[in-house]
Amino acid sequence: MATTDTQVKELIKREYEHGFVTEIESDTFEPGLNEDVIRRLSELKQEPEFMLEWRLKAYRRWLEMDEPEWAHVDFPKVDYNSISYYSAPKRPEDMPQSLDEVDPELLRTYEKLGIPLHERAKLAGVAVDAVFDSVSVATTFKEPLEKAGVIFCPISEALQKHPELVKKYLGSVVPAGDNYFAALNSAVFSDGSFVYIPKGVRCPMELSTYFRINAANTGQFERTLIIAEEGSYVSYLEGCTAPMRDENQLHAAVVELVILDDAQIKYSTVQNWYPGDENGKGGIYNFVTKRAACIGKNSKVSWTQVETGSAITWKYPSCVLRGENSVGEFYSVALTHNYQQADTGTKMIHLGKNTKSTIISKGISAGRSSNAYRGLVKFGPGAEGARNFTQCDSLLIGDRCGAHTFPYIESKNKSAIVEHEATTSKVSDEQMFLCRQRGIDPEQAVSMIVNGFCKEVFKELPMEFAVEASKLLEVSLEGSVG
Amino acid sequence: MLSIKNLHASVNGEEILKGINLEIKAGEVHAIMGPNGSGKSTLSQVLAGNETFEVTEGEVTLNGDNLLELVTEERAREGVFLAFQYPVEIPGVSNLQFLRTAVNAMRKHRGEEEMNAAEFMKLAKDVSRQVDLDPAFLKRGVNEGFSGGEKKRNEIMQALLLQPKLAILDETDSGLDIDALQVVSNGVNALRADDRAILMVTHYQRLLNHIVPDYVHVLAGGKIVKSGGRELALELEERGYGWLGIDAVDTSN
Repeated sequence: MATTDTQVKELIKREYEHGFVTEIESDTFEPGLNEDVIRRLSELKQEPEFMLEWRLKAYRRWLEMDEPEWAHVDFPKVDYNSISYYSAPKRPEDMPQSLDEVDPELLRTYEKLGIPLHERAKLAGVAVDAVFDSVSVATTFKEPLEKAGVIFCPISEALQKHPELVKKYLGSVVPAGDNYFAALNSAVFSDGSFVYIPKGVRCPMELSTYFRINAANTGQFERTLIIAEEGSYVSYLEGCTAPMRDENQLHAAVVELVILDDAQIKYSTVQNWYPGDENGKGGIYNFVTKRAACIGKNSKVSWTQVETGSAITWKYPSCVLRGENSVGEFYSVALTHNYQQADTGTKMIHLGKNTKSTIISKGISAGRSSNAYRGLVKFGPGAEGARNFTQCDSLLIGDRCGAHTFPYIESKNKSAIVEHEATTSKVSDEQMFLCRQRGIDPEQAVSMIVNGFCKEVFKELPMEFAVEASKLLEVSLEGSVG
Repeated sequence: MLSIKNLHASVNGEEILKGINLEIKAGEVHAIMGPNGSGKSTLSQVLAGNETFEVTEGEVTLNGDNLLELVTEERAREGVFLAFQYPVEIPGVSNLQFLRTAVNAMRKHRGEEEMNAAEFMKLAKDVSRQVDLDPAFLKRGVNEGFSGGEKKRNEIMQALLLQPKLAILDETDSGLDIDALQVVSNGVNALRADDRAILMVTHYQRLLNHIVPDYVHVLAGGKIVKSGGRELALELEERGYGWLGIDAVDTSN
């Protein structure tokens, strides 16, 4: 038996090496998913043995699982064998050499977002030092971070430099077999960010990454792992964008946050994946698992998200409040327009004593879109004195869109207190008339009214992100009046 | 300045304005009075360009420009201002932000530079004192949780900020106690200027004790049935509408 195994391994390796050579030229794996693809991926990234085993185990679990169908979204089945599971960035000479070669429509959007010129070039894929798709975006400010003892690097690099940390925490919050998309991500994740904040350290700056799906027919499966040791603090910003394409692209990320005693993580996302055109053609399928484990006592996590992109969003950033007095917060703005569909919300799992959670969700629907809030608040038997406050507001623009709210509450502890408020409102003709009578353009009026509606969430965002988020809403709402 | 000729307008196919003729010169204040349902508010809304109403006939010009060709925001930028009878709330949008957006929309239209937040704050504080509003209220949401009186003062403050050519005040006195009425009236009197026309729609003569009009018109059944000077309002107070051949409450509209 042992001999046979070795032979098989040899054989696979030979085939793989063969494949490797051809792949180097094209930089992208041919579409399809099997164990061989995963081995090649792991080998290419020179991962430690445990990582390959972990991936294969996840892959085998995934094969046995079914795609979830409970979300309030509707889309044709994804053909997982038509996707390529690895795409290295193009060589600089293959990328656009200047902004003149970039789609002007894309540049117009960046300009409206107020993204500085050099950033626009990066985002548009001009040959500067940033990289996209499956390989992590270059991280800056390494020096001051190293001085503070903070580790902030691509997870592929962490696997080589700090394998013990990755091994200890990877999958500890979102296990490989947690759900269909998490299992797929665990099997094939190509890169992502790794952050480690040592005990008692307040991270000296906000850490940020920009993700971007560039190549056609490529899935993006990034994996983020953030560990905040005792008494530490970090604010992490995540921006996402993708160029316009007629095909749908799959994005299945996993984010795991581990928070120890008295530590805090603030995680902010501005998601602007391509939502498809006004007829619902193209766009990103955003199937993401984000979860924070407040392990330590007095630990705290805040998720703040502004979601305007993606054809379909399936995303529930969650908090597992295990430590005594731990706090979970979720602030969300989800805007859908045209034919976008969003099913998003959060899960607050109260396990420890006196744990507290707050959910503020603002859903805005325009065009023919569908926007659903889905939230679970759960109190375990040990959640003495735990509390949740949920506020869930929907705003409708026009009369062809839909808003839905699906709150779930489960309590196994009688002392737990939960409050839930929900409202649905419309941008009214009277509001529009008042604004226009004061000389304000209808589009600017809608944007102002929507921004007012989102104020409670925007004030949780770091300053420069709040400005971007507000402009993003403006751009995303274009054509919603009329 | 404002010239209305044979103006007809309907809502949902029902004619409300049935041939209004009115000329207002720069510097003049005209009051429109009339029983409920006579079309007073409709006239205000139609002049401001509310698309709920359909203009079926007639013409309206402001300094010779055809107003009816312009959409609401274009009319506003040409200097038409409507102080609403029931100003609507816009939750979460601060009064300050709303007003600055409006002022800058006008400035942009005139080719002037936009005002930055600090410049605007100073201006808005000065103007808010003119209508006796605590500058702290500038930070509150537009009309959000405002009392009736605060809403009306807010409307007049907006007129003072935007400096329109034609200010239309729709029942600006309704729901005000005597002190608030005095404050609002002072604000309106501050608006009076040689290069500005003011059209006041009101139910009650009492407002005209504070803001003395140059002309008074009686609107009934969608038409102006009587015009006169200041004394006409006093006569209406004394005698009601009956002597003009109008039912006290005309509900035909």
